[in-house]
Amino acid sequence: MTVESSALYDVPGPKALARHRLYGWLALLAIAAVVGWVVYMLFHTQQFTYQKWMPFEYKGVQELLLRGLGNTLKAFGWTVLFALPFGALFAAGRLSDHRAVRWVCTVVVEFFRAMPLLVMIFFIFVALKAPPMWALVAGLTLYNGSVLAEVFRAGVLAVPKGQKEAAYALGLRKTQVMAYVLVPQANRAMLPTIVSQLVVALKDTSLGFLITYEEFLHAGKLIATNLDYDLPFIPVVMVIAPVYIGMCLLLSWFAKWLERRGRRSPKVKGGAPVAPAGLTPDPQG
Amino acid sequence: MHVLTDNWSTYWHGFLGTLWLTLVSAALALVLGAAVAGFRVSPVKPLRVFGTGWVTVLRNTPLTLLFFIVVLGLPRFDITLPFFTFAVLALGCYTSAFVCETLRSGVNTVPAGQGEAARSLGLTFTQTLGLVILPQAYRAVVAPLGSVMIALAKNTAIAGSFSVVELLGTYRTLNELGYGIVWTFVWIAVGYLVLTLAISALFNLLERRVAVSR
Repeated sequence: MTVESSALYDVPGPKALARHRLYGWLALLAIAAVVGWVVYMLFHTQQFTYQKWMPFEYKGVQELLLRGLGNTLKAFGWTVLFALPFGALFAAGRLSDHRAVRWVCTVVVEFFRAMPLLVMIFFIFVALKAPPMWALVAGLTLYNGSVLAEVFRAGVLAVPKGQKEAAYALGLRKTQVMAYVLVPQANRAMLPTIVSQLVVALKDTSLGFLITYEEFLHAGKLIATNLDYDLPFIPVVMVIAPVYIGMCLLLSWFAKWLERRGRRSPKVKGGAPVAPAGLTPDPQG
Repeated sequence: MHVLTDNWSTYWHGFLGTLWLTLVSAALALVLGAAVAGFRVSPVKPLRVFGTGWVTVLRNTPLTLLFFIVVLGLPRFDITLPFFTFAVLALGCYTSAFVCETLRSGVNTVPAGQGEAARSLGLTFTQTLGLVILPQAYRAVVAPLGSVMIALAKNTAIAGSFSVVELLGTYRTLNELGYGIVWTFVWIAVGYLVLTLAISALFNLLERRVAVSR
């Protein structure tokens, strides 16, 4: 039960073990107290009355929630569809031999990475008068596409230089070197990072709520603010939050699984060692 | 240009709101993040499990949902606080998960031999931590912590939609006054750029200060 390879603590002896066990019980007590307080408050404020949970029995409410979930996934799907090519395009641009192309792509990528996503979404929604869904998708594409462009670029740059030199020595052309030699090797190493960035995109679809896009959170708000159901706010949260967190967790686990698989695979080990620096996705969300 | 000069005080208030929100949330996130990181590396299992749960859940929660829960949910528990405090709570808790992971990976970069050597010299736990491990971990932490803080500054934009005075929210006022929407947003964008560039400059400075060739 020791923390592996930590510089902080020694391997505990019998006395320390007893002490740790005591701390463990105390911590458990404290956590139980907090959980107990929350549960008490839930009952105290009468969150489990039939009236508050009744709406979930209605077909219309269920359909509203499902439609919201569908819209969330739709926005996510479009974002993935647009952001990946956007990222690839601008990564290629930043790796270009032509200074002008490189410069333009750098400015675009850096700008969209530095802007708060919500500012872009509001700009597209308010100033360009785009419909909410497309404002959301466009904002998400610009932001996540730019982050992905950096991920792609770092991945391609992390492929050992010898690969590129060998490919040129064989007489391959610039595009061929990129398409047949660098990208396939970079791809395997980048995949976990790309998926983690998609988790960020999935989380950020909830920003659509703020521009009245009828996504999952929006559906929840509609139910939660309905006086007929006695404002079932907490029940709505108890339904919505696990779904959101579950979806993101699944995708995160998928990324972790890809990473572990990649680490085991001899292909990745022999090919492109991933440079972790600069490859971590932005903790935006 | 006149959009900015005419509405200087509106922009200034918004900018100060964003700045203040960033600073207070950053303080909360650092304190909470450090505590949770301490939990996650401690030899006490319940604390480790709690820390892991905290980080896993918060990292996979959309920030908008968290705002939704805090701003609209806590009042159901008869906890009514100013909107600013709610926003700080949401932003601080959310960012604390990222801060925790940064600090934890910083501590993990210190080789176990360093701690062993310190203990064999007879240093106490506090001394080992304060004189040997943290100074080394600190160096590995500065740069990633900078990106976490920049992300936090950008995330404060969400607070504007939950009744907090901040920079993005100023567009509503100016829109009602009939100013050109494009220029309104240009100056909002400039405000955010100033803030994020300042944070990144600060952390670059810190990084150069603590950089040691190892």
